[in-house]
Amino acid sequence: MSLREGFEDAPDLMLEQALKNFRASVHAWSEAAYNRPRTAANVVRHRSWRLSAGCALGCALVAGSLTGVMHERHQRQEVARVAVAAHSAEHGRKVATGRTQAQAEDEDLLATVDSDVSREVPSALEPLAQLMVEDEAKVSNVGN
Amino acid sequence: MTVNLQRTRASTQVMAAGSALEPMTMATAEEIAAQEFSSVVEKHRLQIFRFLLASMRDVDLAETLTQECFLKAHRNWRSFRGESSALTWLMRIAINLQKDHWRNRRIQFWRHTQTSSVDADEASEWLPSGERSAEQQLLAQEQVKLVWKSVAGLSERQRTVFLLRYVEEQDLKEIAQATGLSEGTVKAHLSRALGKVRAELGGER
Repeated sequence: MSLREGFEDAPDLMLEQALKNFRASVHAWSEAAYNRPRTAANVVRHRSWRLSAGCALGCALVAGSLTGVMHERHQRQEVARVAVAAHSAEHGRKVATGRTQAQAEDEDLLATVDSDVSREVPSALEPLAQLMVEDEAKVSNVGN
Repeated sequence: MTVNLQRTRASTQVMAAGSALEPMTMATAEEIAAQEFSSVVEKHRLQIFRFLLASMRDVDLAETLTQECFLKAHRNWRSFRGESSALTWLMRIAINLQKDHWRNRRIQFWRHTQTSSVDADEASEWLPSGERSAEQQLLAQEQVKLVWKSVAGLSERQRTVFLLRYVEEQDLKEIAQATGLSEGTVKAHLSRALGKVRAELGGER
């Protein structure tokens, strides 16, 4: 199909000529580019440089983020450890105080119970002793 | 069309071989398909490269996309049923690759774009002198530069249609098949593209 058939909308000769020249130019350029010596090595180096730069950047990012995460985790663990230690110390102190207090209370209670419950208990031989005293009195009276 | 005939002829030979002598082995079928495909590559590689070069104005990118186009075609060669010509089928793959490329480039706006694309001035230097005088040659170069300038300002579809029509000299039906557009739409795009080229040339007069 010739170019002329497609020119119903563009009868202008100059336009037709320009399009022909354009076509010839593109053909000449593409043939020259198609047959040119290839520079694969440059392209490969360029790409490999980019690739390695990308890899390095990616590794750095991953390592950085991992380090950050580890550091954050370590910090948290450290804080948690300190908090647990503080809490356990506080708890120990509370327990000791409580124990001392409870012991004191127990002693007080026992003392109170002792004081409330305890009384003078007569000697177990007192009635016998009284009897003996009475007997001695009687004997002395009889003697007199 | 020639390729289709070749493909049909080869397939007929295969069928004949299969029916008359012995069942065709998978290896034979693959060998025939590979031969068919390599003849298609040989025949149309330059055309695909030219279309991509004119679309992108970037030699390296055009080469890369041409390779991708034939790689894709090779992978799908078995599914090519010959409803259109092999060139139209290949051109369709090339157009899709080109679309994907522009889309990716729009998305990856932060990426350093290649600077190997040439401007209209450089592209217009490629013009066979023929039997023209120096003055005529200069005039022709000026015309080509203006056409390049207006082509650069066309939309993606208009540019594709314009290049297929006026560089590859395809008819409307082939362009419609390659682009997946209706013939009416192709005509409309072509008319608008021509209008812009005419306006550019007219401004120079």
